[in-house]
Amino acid sequence: MKAEMKTFLDEVRETPGGEHVLACIQCGTCTGSCPMAARMEHAPRQTIAMVRAGLRDEVLSSNSMWFCLSCYTCTVRCPRGVHPTELAHALESLASQHGYRVEKTLTPRLYRSFVDSIEANGRVHELGMMVKYYMGAGPLSAMRLWKVGLQLFLHKRLPVRPTRIKGRDDLARILKKYREVRSNG
Amino acid sequence: MKYYSYFPGCSAESTGRGLGLSAEAIAKPLDMELVEIEDWNCCGSTPYGSLDEEGALVVAARNLALAEKMGFDLVTPCSSCYVTLSKANRNLHDHPALLKKVNEALAVAGLEYKGTLRVRHLVDVLVNDITPDFIAARLKKPLRGLKVAPYYGCQLVRPDYGLDDTEQPVTLDKLVAATGAEAVDFPLKVRCCGGSLMLSEEASTLGLINKLLKSAADSDAQCIATACPLCQTNLDAYQSRVNSVFRTSFNVPVLFITQLIGLALGVDEKSLGLDANIVAIPSVILGSSEATPKNPSPDTRPEAKIPPIPTSVNIEGSVRRGSI
Repeated sequence: MKAEMKTFLDEVRETPGGEHVLACIQCGTCTGSCPMAARMEHAPRQTIAMVRAGLRDEVLSSNSMWFCLSCYTCTVRCPRGVHPTELAHALESLASQHGYRVEKTLTPRLYRSFVDSIEANGRVHELGMMVKYYMGAGPLSAMRLWKVGLQLFLHKRLPVRPTRIKGRDDLARILKKYREVRSNG
Repeated sequence: MKYYSYFPGCSAESTGRGLGLSAEAIAKPLDMELVEIEDWNCCGSTPYGSLDEEGALVVAARNLALAEKMGFDLVTPCSSCYVTLSKANRNLHDHPALLKKVNEALAVAGLEYKGTLRVRHLVDVLVNDITPDFIAARLKKPLRGLKVAPYYGCQLVRPDYGLDDTEQPVTLDKLVAATGAEAVDFPLKVRCCGGSLMLSEEASTLGLINKLLKSAADSDAQCIATACPLCQTNLDAYQSRVNSVFRTSFNVPVLFITQLIGLALGVDEKSLGLDANIVAIPSVILGSSEATPKNPSPDTRPEAKIPPIPTSVNIEGSVRRGSI
């Protein structure tokens, strides 16, 4: 496979969002600006250093990028235009596509439930997405939030029925075709 | 009358019901026609791009193609839709080779995207097309005396699609002032609420909300006004969780900026979806009109003042590691 011949750094740079990783000067502005840095196995600056050191398994199996809130504070403050938020999405995308199992975060499961809901309905059905997510995440986490869920439900903010768009088959066909076009280069 | 291709976003039908309803309710009194894009799909938001960065592009592109055919600017009231659709639009605009591939895929559904669409946030339209002056001139119940913390959150102003300053924005302050209310100095107005990770990493994100509520309460605000459905849900629905976990007693109503504007325009509460708000909205907000004349002339309305912008950026929300 081609992927084995190129370095991890090449792989990241070829993924949308990872293009600017070489511009980093390791100043740490990203980590200093990140509301979640303390929860990550490797803070943003360190993750970038690890990408450049070629530590593929360590990076792609870590929980670091999954803690990104997409607040874009690092992105607007980075003096080198590295776009660390987009880089985090690129790393999440690579980890998902290569089947890395990530411990110590439920975010990949949450995102999967969200995307499944889009693919089934064309729009996100929030109640269905949450039920699916909590079924996998374990009843304990659902128990903690039953009051919040109930309040949302009572205020008619979690409709039981999904909205299904007419074009959901179109959407599936567009995605399928795009994957073909993409793999043909 | 100004026309827009309207993209409500999925949350406008559920958790952000108050946003969807109030955006549509204020359109008519402000001479806007929000023409809903027929059969729009989810923009993909952050999760789609995180699992499949390139697939997310075509999910967004179907909407761009549908909207482009209508011939108006696309406008969305949701900050996440705004960033997701803007990002896809910019990528397709800047990379003709990518656009060509996406169009090959869109063609199977008889669609094509030429790349001419402008993606805008409803706040952009309210500030720059409708203008605060026009809104102020249409007030039926100015919210005089009300102190509001304008909460921007993240994706209304970042990464940077040109709407406002990324750390010291003023657009929401201007809209709050247009309703006759006072926008208080709210130091954490651009700090993150935790977004969708409230579901997966509550232990971390609840602390972010605690800080936001404290900052708003310390500013003497009587309510928070936001434009983002996820921010509103986190601050409103999880406020009771914050109170039980941090032993606090916050009771801060969290309104959408469109609900606030609607109240000042004299739109009824039901049309604004105010029944969807979980933290009760006190009569001092709903009935701000009581103490004011029925039809104040905009000329005699006292100039609502925009607070000075803080000179130092408060980064209280960030947590530093021992070693960066």
